[in-house]
Amino acid sequence: MNTLEGLVTQIQGLSSTASDVSSLQNFLKKADDSLHAESTRLLAFLDQLDPSKHSLGYLYFLEACTAGPVTKEQASSFVLIISRFISSCVAEQIRLAPDKFTSVCKRFKDQVLLLEEPLRGVAPLLTAIRKLQSSTEHLTTLHPAFLLLCLLAKCYKTGLSILEEDILEVDQPRELFLYCYYGGMICIGQKRFQKALELLHNVVTAPMSTDNAIAVEAYKKYILVSLIHHGQFSTSLPKYASTVAQRNLKNLCQPYVELANSYSDGKIADLETFVQANKEKFENDSNLGLVKQVVSSMYKHNIQRLTQTYLTLSLQDIANIVQLTSLKEAEMHVLQMIQDGEIYAMINQKDGMVRFLEDHEQYKTCEMIDCIDSSIQRLMTLSKKLTVMDELMSCDPLYLAKAGRERHRYDFEDLDNVPQRFNI
Amino acid sequence: MEGVEDASNPMMEEMYVNGIGGVDEAPSSSTSTTTRKNRPIISGEQLDIEAYAGLYTGRTKIMRLIFIADHCDNPGMQLEALRMAYDEIKKGENTQLFREVVQKMDGRSGPNYSMDATWCSMVDRKAEQRKEKLENELNAYRTNLIKESIRMGYNDFGDFYYSHGALGDAFKSFIRTRDYCTTSKHIIQMCLSAILVSIEMGQFTHVTSYVSKAEQTPEALDPPTVAKLRCAAGLAHLEAKKYKLAARKFLEVGPELGNLYSEVIAPQDVATYGGLCALASFDRTELKNKVIDNINFRNFLELVPEVRELINDFYSSHYASCLEYLGNLKSNLMLDIHLHDHVETLYDQIRNKALIQYTHPFVSVDMRMMADAFKTSVAGLEKELEALITDNQIQARIDSHNKILYARHADQRNATFQRVLQTGNEFDRDVRAMLLRANLLKHDYNLRASRKL
Repeated sequence: MNTLEGLVTQIQGLSSTASDVSSLQNFLKKADDSLHAESTRLLAFLDQLDPSKHSLGYLYFLEACTAGPVTKEQASSFVLIISRFISSCVAEQIRLAPDKFTSVCKRFKDQVLLLEEPLRGVAPLLTAIRKLQSSTEHLTTLHPAFLLLCLLAKCYKTGLSILEEDILEVDQPRELFLYCYYGGMICIGQKRFQKALELLHNVVTAPMSTDNAIAVEAYKKYILVSLIHHGQFSTSLPKYASTVAQRNLKNLCQPYVELANSYSDGKIADLETFVQANKEKFENDSNLGLVKQVVSSMYKHNIQRLTQTYLTLSLQDIANIVQLTSLKEAEMHVLQMIQDGEIYAMINQKDGMVRFLEDHEQYKTCEMIDCIDSSIQRLMTLSKKLTVMDELMSCDPLYLAKAGRERHRYDFEDLDNVPQRFNI
Repeated sequence: MEGVEDASNPMMEEMYVNGIGGVDEAPSSSTSTTTRKNRPIISGEQLDIEAYAGLYTGRTKIMRLIFIADHCDNPGMQLEALRMAYDEIKKGENTQLFREVVQKMDGRSGPNYSMDATWCSMVDRKAEQRKEKLENELNAYRTNLIKESIRMGYNDFGDFYYSHGALGDAFKSFIRTRDYCTTSKHIIQMCLSAILVSIEMGQFTHVTSYVSKAEQTPEALDPPTVAKLRCAAGLAHLEAKKYKLAARKFLEVGPELGNLYSEVIAPQDVATYGGLCALASFDRTELKNKVIDNINFRNFLELVPEVRELINDFYSSHYASCLEYLGNLKSNLMLDIHLHDHVETLYDQIRNKALIQYTHPFVSVDMRMMADAFKTSVAGLEKELEALITDNQIQARIDSHNKILYARHADQRNATFQRVLQTGNEFDRDVRAMLLRANLLKHDYNLRASRKL
């Protein structure tokens, strides 16, 4: 009893200056076990603390009292308390105990899921991420949790705001896998296939030492999105992908690879029968929707290919070549694609002819110049980052020791400036 | 009895006047009302097996005959080929091939061509004796350590195995002579033997390596040998589907070849192989310089006037007649032991080349006229053109409404812009992915290192 009350007064007293807070941090660390032991009584004390002033203390109390299993009723009250805490806490204080903070946030996510109201968690978690991360390049453990909630709540747009930031620093490989996988799904939901491909590609090619369920699922989606977006898929992974991925992924995604093969033959009917035959498998992976998009994308790609070869083509011919059943359907497809800006064409309804035009972008407008300029700027910052990273790497004693040791295994000239033996 | 009519004179050849009624230029889309009449084309008739077999000697003659028997659908021709193979084998000592041929004939050619068991056992017995004798001789040479004799011994062994159809052993024996070669003449002999056996075995990688070995000998080679080596190299390239290299090799074959290499190839073959490969893989200038203006090769081409004509037709853009010649030659080429696998590919390539060349000089081409020139329908032509355009071999677009093909001159500036933006995006993406991976690796590595400490 005394200790808890004493602790509360300590927290109230030691929450103003930075040095105070760090001594409080030590103090709280020691008291952590006893806090956990008394977790049931802590809820009452929370009212005596102000989350916006005593963030660190509040965090410790909150973490301790949410540690046990919760019922639905408790969950709804906790959700309120935690979301209020997240929105009002002070970033500097909570960063002193990031693991406490993330575990509170993760429990918050679990509770929101328990209540089946993922939407309630989206905004607080976004705030939490912002408060926790030191820079936007930093991937926190909260990223995947946030994206998961976005996915479940179907608010893809909010998710995209996080995905647009480049992530370069990673705490936990697993977080990255999940982040990229969920991110890929959100981008698919928004039909931003290019970005989705990039994220999924990151998962598939990430260094890994064992098979990885996330990578397998990501690879399945990667195949499908690649077919939708590019109309083709090359089964060989790039050289930098881990050997595990190169060896096993294909075997684990057999129906998908076969789908890609059947796609490349360009016969709609075959593709459809294949999809029908394997419908169950795709459904079990809950990828059936994407697979259907793959099938319909085939029409698009076939029509797009026609624009490369023909200047004019009758709708009847288009229907025949693309294997559509009727003239009307062909017209609808072409019309839709013109609207989406995927092809440039005009339909002459009198003769039933389609006239394909060239891309009318002339690269002369100010907007285009701006676009190019911003691209160049981006690339310059990126290559600067690359240089910095390279320099850091070549000064890293661990790396140098390893490179020196394995020198005989590689016969690169690049390694000539690496000393034979490296003593630290 | 004989299903085939008597062979018409193989050298029957007609002198063609180039272009009847005025020499026609390269077809122009607007005024290409070609007045050319259909020229009569010979050699569409069935292969004259006897004349064909006469070009070859040794094992290849038998193998070619058997190949023809296996691949033609005319039973009369099959039997004729098998009978000739039978007679030819009887002159040699290969009992295994003999049994095969007899089995293939299946008694269809009467008692004269039945299984001759006594001959077989006699040959086999003789072979045993000869082998023993050769072994004794070789052992004697080896104890005496006379290099030249040992070499001869192995050579005899190689010849012995070769004539009995044990190609693998023959190859090994010939290779063994290598250690006992003292002059470059010996080395060349060894290489030629090895090449001969390898070709029969279908091991064309060996052929390439022994050709280069022979060419590396310090002494200058005599012209017939050079010609032989070129032929062998050409065959190896052909087999590896490197048609351009094959064409170059065949074109370099000197006139000294004559009938000297009939155990592998006939000069007619050099003309056919070389001509077709060149058509399929050379561009116009190369075709002109290396084939049509090549005096050496012209001698070869004279032997196969059809190929000569079709090359000239191709060069002077008379595609219809060129393709007609090709069509007529096809059934016979399919019976060629070396070429049959490549006929389809070569034909496709030649046809595509012709289509590309036809469209090349024009801004717009009337597809009806083009279809006329290629003796095909407009719809069929459209399909072919579509495939070529998709493959980026013709830069043009089809106006399917008016049936006109328009050349497409890519806008360099726009293309550059597009490429720059695309490259930029790719670079951006790749670098970010790379940094991320590097970070992961570093993380992983640090983790392991810290665990170790």
